[in-house]
Amino acid sequence: MSSPAPLTSDARPLIETRKLSRLDLRSGAPLLQPVDFTLSGGERVAITGSSGSGKSVFLRTLALLDAPDAGEVLWRNEAVDHAQIPLYRSRVCYIAQRPALVDGSVEDNLRFPYGLNIFKQQTFDLEKVKGLLRQAGKPDSFLLKTAGDLSGGEAQVVSLIRAIQLDPQVILLDEPTAALDPQSSRDVETLVDTWFQGGTVPTRAYIWVSHDHDQARRMSNIRLEMHAGMLTAMGDA
Amino acid sequence: MNYQNLSATDISIAACLILINGALSLGLKLGLERQLIWASIRTVVQLLAIGYILGWVFEFAYWYVVLPLMCLMTLIAGFSAAGRGKRTYAGRRLDSIVSVWGSSWLIAAIGLLLVIQIRPWYEPQYAIPILGMILGNTLTGVSLGIERMMQELSSGRSTVEMILSLGGSRWEAAQLAARQAVRAGMTPTLNQMSVVGIVSLPGMMTGQVLAGQSPADAVRYQIVIMFLIAASSALGTVCAVLLTYRRLFSADHRFMMHKLINRG
Repeated sequence: MSSPAPLTSDARPLIETRKLSRLDLRSGAPLLQPVDFTLSGGERVAITGSSGSGKSVFLRTLALLDAPDAGEVLWRNEAVDHAQIPLYRSRVCYIAQRPALVDGSVEDNLRFPYGLNIFKQQTFDLEKVKGLLRQAGKPDSFLLKTAGDLSGGEAQVVSLIRAIQLDPQVILLDEPTAALDPQSSRDVETLVDTWFQGGTVPTRAYIWVSHDHDQARRMSNIRLEMHAGMLTAMGDA
Repeated sequence: MNYQNLSATDISIAACLILINGALSLGLKLGLERQLIWASIRTVVQLLAIGYILGWVFEFAYWYVVLPLMCLMTLIAGFSAAGRGKRTYAGRRLDSIVSVWGSSWLIAAIGLLLVIQIRPWYEPQYAIPILGMILGNTLTGVSLGIERMMQELSSGRSTVEMILSLGGSRWEAAQLAARQAVRAGMTPTLNQMSVVGIVSLPGMMTGQVLAGQSPADAVRYQIVIMFLIAASSALGTVCAVLLTYRRLFSADHRFMMHKLINRG
């Protein structure tokens, strides 16, 4: 069913940053102070901090959606060159706070990634998707709903399942539940939890940016705090 | 049938028709009086000027007279295609000029050398009006294409980044926007082609008929021109949209939204 997982865990970290920093384009003010950060398999990191502190900047830079001004991001000890970036992003998936869906049904949205070159070799697995939907308390008929008619919570569930079905190794969650009702938030948490447990050996990891301290405590084994672009440890939860 | 020359008096009578626009503007409080005056003056001055220039160029039909004029026309078309929209990006003017230049000259060359087969190639009586018609339509396509590309990308930013986040390449992320932009750029020409002869009698054809050509001959020219225009504006639009894409997406598959500048 799932792709064969390696039997021994890989000692190399998944993601590592070296003196990674970002500046504001216009003012030149630092958005992200140089940070050395390591994410290894089995780690569930929560980052809290006030809005504008640079949490999102950090996550977007890790996803290579924005270019760092200095420093580098390594995948399994190796720099990611230009041509490898789509492959990197297929392993390290960034989930935005506001889910973006394409026109069409829920199923169209879930099939969407398989149209991308990087997933050409894989095929859409309807049963797997139905299983994921069930975890989020959605019936099979949910697949037929029109994307435009979904609530914010439902849309976020779709965007998460769209990513999870592809078995990424790392998920970067950028306040995925900030605008959601409690039930949808729990659905999102369940989906992430189940995906995380899915690897037979601890090969998966995620970073969850949240402004909700309870959620951060619940969903992490490592807690970090972002303050004015500076990432600091909060001690193990 | 004689060709009726127009005297200055005849033109003045026609020009007085602008008073209708003026009266409407005053009556309906449109506040367009100043613009009307300017537009009228520009129409008269620009056309008189080009009349003199063309008269002179036709008399001195040398390549070193015709070629610079063609270059100048192309540059002006490229500049106008860069437009005055509310958004822009650094390099837009260059992209417009390159797109307009490349497509219109290629198509004009095909039209002049292969279809109409004029000798020498710079025979101004053909080269200039035909290039001019191609330019006029190509610049609309280029301008609309770039405008629409910027609009689609900025309003669809979250979708673009969603595709990138899933592992899509920059081209996969830009595709939807690029298709919309090319479609937008090609629409005016397609509309024009489907109503030509029914709703509108194109200026060139009308001109030829007025000058005493048989309508059947004039129509042949018009058909050729329509296809030249269609080809050039399509080519120019695609080229412009691709250049815009290259400006706004980096080689490392990032969408550089910050390169879009809002104009005040």
